Amino acid sequence: MTDALLAGDLPLPPRPDYLRHGSTIASWLTTTDHKRIAILYAITITFFFFLGGAAVTAVRLELFEPNGWLLTSDTYNKLFSFHGIIMVWFFLVPSIPNTLGNFLLPLMIGAPDVAFPRLNLFSWYLTIAAGAFTVYALLAGGVDTGWTFYTPYSSMFSNSHVFAAAAGVFVVGFASIATGVNFIATTHMLRAPGMTWFRLPLFVWAIYATSLIMVLATPVLAISLLLVIAERVLGLPIFDPARGGDPILFQHLFWFYSHPAVYIMVLPAMGVVSEVIPCFARRRIFGYDFMVYAMLAIAGIGFFVWGHHMFVSGQSALASLVFSFLSFIIAVPSAIKVFNWTASLFRGQISFESPMLYSLGFVGLFTTGGLSGLFLASIPVDVHVTDTYFVVAHFHYIMVGGSVSAFFAGLHFWWPKVTGKLYPESWAKFAAILMYAGFNMTFLPQFFAGYLGMPRRYHTYPAEFQIYNVMSSAGAGVLAVAYLLPLGYLTWSLFYGGRAGNNPWAATGLEWTTTSPPPPKNFDRQPRVDRGPYEYHAEGMSAGTDAPEVQNARDIR
Amino acid sequence: MSDESALLREPWFDFGRQREAGKFGIWVFLGSEMLFFGALLLTYTVCRIEHPDAFAAAGRATNIWYGTINTAVLLTSSLTMAMASQAAASPARLRRLVLACLLATALLGLAFVVIKGFEYKEDIDKHLVPGAGFALPQPGAQLFYGLYWLVTGVHAVHLSIGIVLVGRLFWEFYRRELPTQANPELEITALYWHLVDIVWIFLYPLIYLPGRSS
Ligand code: HEM
Ligand SMILES: [Cu+2]
Repeated sequence: MTDALLAGDLPLPPRPDYLRHGSTIASWLTTTDHKRIAILYAITITFFFFLGGAAVTAVRLELFEPNGWLLTSDTYNKLFSFHGIIMVWFFLVPSIPNTLGNFLLPLMIGAPDVAFPRLNLFSWYLTIAAGAFTVYALLAGGVDTGWTFYTPYSSMFSNSHVFAAAAGVFVVGFASIATGVNFIATTHMLRAPGMTWFRLPLFVWAIYATSLIMVLATPVLAISLLLVIAERVLGLPIFDPARGGDPILFQHLFWFYSHPAVYIMVLPAMGVVSEVIPCFARRRIFGYDFMVYAMLAIAGIGFFVWGHHMFVSGQSALASLVFSFLSFIIAVPSAIKVFNWTASLFRGQISFESPMLYSLGFVGLFTTGGLSGLFLASIPVDVHVTDTYFVVAHFHYIMVGGSVSAFFAGLHFWWPKVTGKLYPESWAKFAAILMYAGFNMTFLPQFFAGYLGMPRRYHTYPAEFQIYNVMSSAGAGVLAVAYLLPLGYLTWSLFYGGRAGNNPWAATGLEWTTTSPPPPKNFDRQPRVDRGPYEYHAEGMSAGTDAPEVQNARDIR
Repeated sequence: MSDESALLREPWFDFGRQREAGKFGIWVFLGSEMLFFGALLLTYTVCRIEHPDAFAAAGRATNIWYGTINTAVLLTSSLTMAMASQAAASPARLRRLVLACLLATALLGLAFVVIKGFEYKEDIDKHLVPGAGFALPQPGAQLFYGLYWLVTGVHAVHLSIGIVLVGRLFWEFYRRELPTQANPELEITALYWHLVDIVWIFLYPLIYLPGRSS
C-alpha cells in the first residue's frame, strides 16, 4: 500500500478514458485531443497504405512477365507514380510522426496535450483535403511523372493530371509544416517539471529532429511544385529551356526537400526502435547522448547532400565531389546509431516479443539499406547503377524494410496503451517474421537485377531479368499477407482482446504511468520527473529482470 | 486576472507560458516562411545570373512609382501595427489607440493591394505577361516577368491573409469579445505582418531596381 502510494497510485474516482469520452462521430471530427487526432490519422494513413499497395500490386503482377502482358506502358507509368506519391506523402511522411508521435509526444513529456490543439486538428483536415486532390488525380485518369515530378516532362510534356497531384502534395506539405511547428513548440514549452532535455526519451528527440526538417524543408517542396503548377497553368517559362528557363533547377529544389525528407521518414523509426530495444533487452540505451547528437547531426547534414541524386544530371564535377563526400559523412551518425542499438543488447536479458522482432528487423534492414547508400554515394558506382533497380532496392530497404517495420514495432508496442487491449502475441510474432522474410524475398533480388543493369520505371524488360522479377513478385505476395495479418488480428483484439494493464511490458517512460487507455487530459496528476528515460537497471550494472519502478507521479499543486 | 482567464486556452495552466508558446510557435513558422520565400529568391538569383542583361532590361520596364509608393505604404502599415502591439502591451488602458492603429494597418494593407492591382493592370496593358505577344525581345525577360508575377502574387496572398487576421482582431476588439490588453493574438499577428513587410523589402530592389543604376 505504501509503495503504491509513493508511486502515485492513489485510488481515483472513475472517469471515462479518451476513447469513451464522447462517442458521436461529431465528437471525433471536432476533437482537439491529440490522442483522438492520432487515431484519425491512423485510419487515414491505413487507407492510403492499402491504396498505394493496390497500385503496386498491379505493377508487380505486370513484371511477372518480361513482355508487358497485363498493362500498357501508360497505365504502368501512372500506377508507379501514384504508388510513389501516395506512399511517400500520404503514408510514410505522416505515418509515425502523426500517429504514434501525436499520441505519445505529450504523454512522454508529461503534458496534457500538444501546444496548439486546434492547429493539430486543422492539419488533419488539410491532409484529408490534400488526399482528395490526389485521389481525384487518380480517378480523373492518373498522373505519369513519377513521384519526383521531374521537369521538363512534368511541366511541358506530360498530358496527365499533374496539376491535381501536385496540388495535393502542395497542400499536404502545409499539413506537415503545421504539425512540425506544433511538435517543436510542444517539446520546448510543455515538458513536465524535471523533464530536462537530456531526460527526454529518444522517441521525443526523434520527433523533434523530424519536425525541424519538416518545418525547414517542406516550404521548398511547396515552391518547386508551385513553379511546376505555374508553368503548366499560367505558361510561365521557369523550367522551359527554349525560353531561357532551367529544368535542372527543379531537381535542385526538389531534392533540397526530398533528401531531408527521407530522414523525415526514417528518424521517427529510429526513435521507435530506441524505445523498444531497451525495453526488451532490459538495458539502458547505450550512449544516450551520442544517440541525440547523431539524430541532430542527421537532421542538419541531411540538408547538404541533395546533389547525390544528380550525379548524372549535368552537375559540375566539383559539386558532385562535394556532395559525394558529404553523403559519406552522413552515414557516420547513422552508423553510430546502429552500433549503439546493438551495444544496448550486450549484457541484456533479451526477450523476443513481437515489437522486438520488428525492431531487430529494422536494424538489419536499415543497415543493409544504408550500406547500399554508400555504394550509391560513390560516383563511379552510381554512374553505373543510377536509375536501375539497385536504387529501388536501396531506398525500399530503408523506407519499407526499415521505417515500415519500425512503424509496426511501435504499433504493437503501444497498442495496449492506445486501445487498452492485448493482441494475440503468437500471431504478431508470426506476422513479424513473415514480414521480414517477405521483405527480403521482394527486394533482395532487385539489388542483383539493378546491378546487372535492369533500369527502373519500364513495364517491359529483357528476358534475362525475369528470374529476379518472378522472385520479387512472389515475395511481394508474401509481404502483402504479412501486412494484412495485423489488420486482422489487431482489429480482432479491439473486440475480443484481453484488457491491458497500465504497463504490460514493464517499460520505463511516463506514458506507461497513466491508465491504458489514458484519460482525456492524459494524467490524473501532474507528473514529475527525477531521472533519465531508460532506468531499467542501476547505473553500471547489467540487466535485471525486475520491473522498473514506475516514474514518480506526484501532485505538484 | 479576469482579462487573462478570458484569454487562457487549452492545454495551458499559465497564461505567461501560453503567450510565450504562441510567440515561439509563430517564430518557428516564420522560419519556415523564410525558406518558402528563400526558394523563390534562389530561383530568381539563378535566373538572373544566367541572364543579367535581360533582367536589367526587364527591371527597367517595371513602373518604379507604383513600387516605391507601395513600399512607403507597407512600411507605414508596419509602423501602425507596431504601435498597436505596443499600445496593447502598455499597462495604461489604450483600447481606442489599439483599435485606431489596427484599423489603419488593415486599410494600409488594402491600399497596397489596390495599388498593386492598378500596377498589374498596367503590366497587362503593356504586354508584360509571359507568353505570345510579350513586349520585350530578350528570352530572359519572360523569365523575369514569370517570377515577378509569381513572387508578387504569393506576397499578395500573404498580405491578404494578414489583412483578414488584422481585420478579425479589430472586429473582435471593437465588439469587446476579447480584451485588448496583453492579448497574445495581437503580438502573433504583428509578427506575421512584419514578416510580410520584410519580404517586400527584399522584393522591392530585386524587382524595381535592376538596370536602373547606370
Ligand atoms: C546512409 C545514408 C544514405 C546515403 C549515403 C544515400 C545515398 C543515396 C544516393 C546516392 C541516391 C541516389 C541514387 C541514384 O539516383 O542514382 C539515393 C537514392 C535514394 N535514397 Fe538514399 N541514401 C542514404 C539514406 C537514405 C535513407 C535513410 C532513405 C529513406 C528513408 C533514402 C531514400 C532514398 C530514396 C527514396 C532514393 C531514390 C529517389 C529516387 O530517385 O526516386 N536514402 N540514396
Ligand atoms: Cu538522398
